[in-house]
Amino acid sequence: MSEPTVSSPLRKTALNAVHRAAKSKMVDFGGWDMPVDCCGLVAEHIAVRTGVGVFDVSHMGDIQFRGPGSLAAVQKLCMNDASKLAVGQAQYSAMLYPNGTFVDDVVVHKLSENDYLIVINAGTREKDVQWVRQVIGGMPGVHMNDFSDYYTQLAIQGPRAAETLQKLTSTDLSAIKNYWFTWGQVCGLHNVMIARTGYTGEDGFEIYIPSDEPTSARVWGEVLAAGAEFGILACGLGARNTLRLEAGMALYGHEISDTINVFEAGLGRYAKLDKGDFVGRDALMEIQAAGGPKRKLVGLEMIERGIGRDGYPVFSLDGKRLGEITSGSPGPFLKKNIAMAYVPVEFGVLDTEVAVEIRGQRVKALVVALPFYKRARKST
Amino acid sequence: MAYPATYRYTKEHEWIQVDGSTGNVGITDYAQDSLGDIVFVDLPKVGDAVEAGKTFGSVESVKAVSDLFSPVSGKVTAVNESLKDKPETINTDANTTWLLKITLADAKQVDGLLTAAEYEKFLSEETGH
Repeated sequence: MSEPTVSSPLRKTALNAVHRAAKSKMVDFGGWDMPVDCCGLVAEHIAVRTGVGVFDVSHMGDIQFRGPGSLAAVQKLCMNDASKLAVGQAQYSAMLYPNGTFVDDVVVHKLSENDYLIVINAGTREKDVQWVRQVIGGMPGVHMNDFSDYYTQLAIQGPRAAETLQKLTSTDLSAIKNYWFTWGQVCGLHNVMIARTGYTGEDGFEIYIPSDEPTSARVWGEVLAAGAEFGILACGLGARNTLRLEAGMALYGHEISDTINVFEAGLGRYAKLDKGDFVGRDALMEIQAAGGPKRKLVGLEMIERGIGRDGYPVFSLDGKRLGEITSGSPGPFLKKNIAMAYVPVEFGVLDTEVAVEIRGQRVKALVVALPFYKRARKST
Repeated sequence: MAYPATYRYTKEHEWIQVDGSTGNVGITDYAQDSLGDIVFVDLPKVGDAVEAGKTFGSVESVKAVSDLFSPVSGKVTAVNESLKDKPETINTDANTTWLLKITLADAKQVDGLLTAAEYEKFLSEETGH
């Protein structure tokens, strides 16, 4: 086990001292000193699937677009159709390069008419901001602000997340639908953005509070206290990764990157080719016209003993190299060893047997449907 | 957790408990704590040879895989089969959960390993713990 070498000082969220005081294990994640393991990855993962967990996701970036040209800017930058958003609604989307590969995946929030917030990944923050400036530079009527450092972002996730957060706010959380948001008072703070979003495959909320240390620590503590009766656990990036993997969600640098296009990643349903021009659209139309992608993202379930991990090569049973695993791990809730991988489309058929090379040995895996895990939705 | 004074240690975080010409091999409490929830252990077979400083298997947690390095050379006489179903035992008690029993090829190799005090000093230097 080698320690990572650090060339520049790690960035810290406002909760860094709280994580360290709680003896969470910290790692360098995209230049950020973040907790990977707070209470034990498996326990945290199970808490989110069956109860509630809270994550510090303040390392995520927040870019705001304001002005009469803001919608046009978002439409140019992002592949989903932001014109369909109502005020208070959010959508999964992505910024693309002209060749149809990913700058980043994002969540676009419509704050009001002529006011949009896009939440971006931590590891790509600088690149994203630079890209945004490059694309919208010269577009009229839009002012862009990088508010990334202004917010502490907490994700409260799990079937008991609503009950937990409801104790801390007078806002009726049951009125917020999935991928909608509102503003309300939380822990005595006014005008807190409360979004029913997340990255775990569970119901849950993300709240955006001021990023000063005392406020961040106080709210973190109050969330933990409110969730105590539901067995809430502070969760790290380790559980965040296994939860999103079970839920079949992409992670930048793994399932999506600047060498993978939208159709390969299986995210074509979020690319609205008929909404008008956006960066990457022409390339996507060409790929579509040429009969679609040659490779696709598939789910793999190990059927022989072994754990396929990130970067492990995948072979056909007769020995042809097909591609590699983008994310692989035991699924703590599913209790199966699962992975996502890119393979040629003809090998992406459900129930196809393939082999994952694990330290020199070929171990059989089965192509299965994504997501691996889907929560039961309440029939209300 | 204390590191038993009667064991010897490697810088790769294995321990060996030697009794005459045989020894039990496991991983240290530091190793299990660093790995987190252990879900998979890959071990050699009875009768296999192991070589000092060379890998003899691997241990995997949910988030990482780590090679196992043999403290000494010798031959495997027993493998802890219970770890196939209950690898998490290592997290519960790394000090007594042995992975392999081996007969030592050369008992003098043990002298080259770290004592508990040396291992703890190594840990504090390596990790700042």
